[in-house]
Amino acid sequence: MGKYILKRFLMMLVTIFIIATLTFFLMHAVPGSPLESDRNTNETVQANLERFYKLDQPLHIQYLSYMQSIVTFDFGPSIKDPNRTVNELLARGFPISFELGIITILVAVVSGIILGTMAALRHNKMIDYAAMAFAVIGISIPNFVLATVLIQQLAVNWNIFPPATWTSPMHMVLPVLALATGPMAIIARLTRSSMLEVLTQDYIKMARAKGIKPMRIVLRHALRNALMPVVTIMGTLLAGILTGTFVIEKIFAIPGMGKYFVDSINNRDYPVIMGTTVFYSAFLIFMLFLVDIVYGILDPRIKLHKKEGDV
Amino acid sequence: MTQVRDEWFRPSDNSTDEKEAVVRPSLSYWKDAWRRLKQNKLAMLGLIFLALLAVMAIFGPIFSPHSVTTQDLPNQNQPPSATHWFGTDEAGRDVFTRTWYGARISLFVGLMAALIDFVIGIVYGGIAGYKGGKIDGVMMRIIEILYGLPYLLVVILLLVVMGPSLWTIILALTITGWVGMARIVRGQVLQVKNYEFVTASKSFGAKTPRIIRKNLIPNSMGPIIVQMTLTVPSAIFAEAFLSFLGLGIQAPFASWGVMANDALPVIITGDWWRLFFPALFISLTMFAFNVLGDGLQDALDPKMRK
Repeated sequence: MGKYILKRFLMMLVTIFIIATLTFFLMHAVPGSPLESDRNTNETVQANLERFYKLDQPLHIQYLSYMQSIVTFDFGPSIKDPNRTVNELLARGFPISFELGIITILVAVVSGIILGTMAALRHNKMIDYAAMAFAVIGISIPNFVLATVLIQQLAVNWNIFPPATWTSPMHMVLPVLALATGPMAIIARLTRSSMLEVLTQDYIKMARAKGIKPMRIVLRHALRNALMPVVTIMGTLLAGILTGTFVIEKIFAIPGMGKYFVDSINNRDYPVIMGTTVFYSAFLIFMLFLVDIVYGILDPRIKLHKKEGDV
Repeated sequence: MTQVRDEWFRPSDNSTDEKEAVVRPSLSYWKDAWRRLKQNKLAMLGLIFLALLAVMAIFGPIFSPHSVTTQDLPNQNQPPSATHWFGTDEAGRDVFTRTWYGARISLFVGLMAALIDFVIGIVYGGIAGYKGGKIDGVMMRIIEILYGLPYLLVVILLLVVMGPSLWTIILALTITGWVGMARIVRGQVLQVKNYEFVTASKSFGAKTPRIIRKNLIPNSMGPIIVQMTLTVPSAIFAEAFLSFLGLGIQAPFASWGVMANDALPVIITGDWWRLFFPALFISLTMFAFNVLGDGLQDALDPKMRK
């Protein structure tokens, strides 16, 4: 196990290094300087600015200092708003985005598992069809469409929930709903199909024959094994939720990291784009690493030593 | 002792041939899959919807009396009516025409992304799976690293650098998107290459390219086609998502994502049709591809064959 974790950890560092390098060279492949603007700045000011952002240095020096800034976690000032550093933006935005993400994941996982289990237990009955119809619709509607419809109906027309910002639990309902529906639908479908498979297995029959209560069979015997595919797909879902926060924060005017990221894209504010991309990627890659470790702990059958034939 | 009689040794009459005749038409793999797909009503519904959508995407703008780009400012933000079936947008452009135009772009992006993923995935995954050993190991390490990269973040980054346009969006989507396909192809090839008919083919002296073309690819097509069907909606979604971030197709042309994004400011004032139609078609298209993919998954799975 220790060897497996170490290997996964090294892979994680390599991936972060690649994404950081990729980000750096992509940003420098943009024609022109990020300092070019409509304003006519005189040459001294321009030169000073370039020195300030280290743009007058040769590329490899810039790359080294950029790598250094990642290791020391100091991304320097923003270009559009020089009074703010990228670190400040991250420090202000990340807790909010993190809160949104965590609540969304909890809602999606819990309700998705409940929905999927109910559908499997009532296979080919009304509940099953209803749950699966709901799941297919949930997968088909993009989160930004759902968000707008929710605002239009529940906030503007019926005035039940506030339409924007992130200040009280009531404010959190609509963004979380918009963001959680898609992952919830995926989890529900996955739980249902793997639950159906597990329920036909011999050890479940055995448990029934022993007279164990149905509720206990489902919770202790079936669900445990049925949830393995859900753990497997958690990485992909996390990535989806993370990118989903960009649009959800934009629509609901939530001052999280996603909003700064989208603004920085529209402003072509390169230090912020670089800082947020690297931060987002590192965060996501770290989460994937955690999911892998959890998976390894949960499933004793996981093959820690790769053989030919493994994917 | 019975006498051996000549009539015992008559040649049998030809009627036995009839017993061996194939009564039912022989079902090839594809015919069988198609037969099973036809039984799946939801998947057929998806297929019919997509066919209609394709027809409307090609011919819809031609039949409409309104142009996609012509602005008609006096008629801005009109609700649906007899002249403008889906209403008009903030520049007085006909939403009906723009919706079919958007279908062109969204479908094109989705299909191209799936096609390019398919080509790269087949080549990369095919080589990795067929060669095996060290080559496979190295190629899989590369895939593992690429797989760990956050897909949409890379796409966004690429678009910021290259500037948004139809082809840069497709390029950005496929630069990281082929990895999933390559994994599936490799898994399939690893499985199929150990079957007896491949050994038989080899013993007849078939060379590697022939084995890949004639044995491996046709027999691993099922999961690959399913993956392609599921790539299309995810590419359409990604394109809509990028448009929503302002990194989509640029005005005056519009994809569904751009139309939905443009409709955001007016949704509060009650101009529902601006968002409704593009959003409806994004959702229906994703729905159609998803149920079709599910149906194909069941239909193409040899284990489901009765």
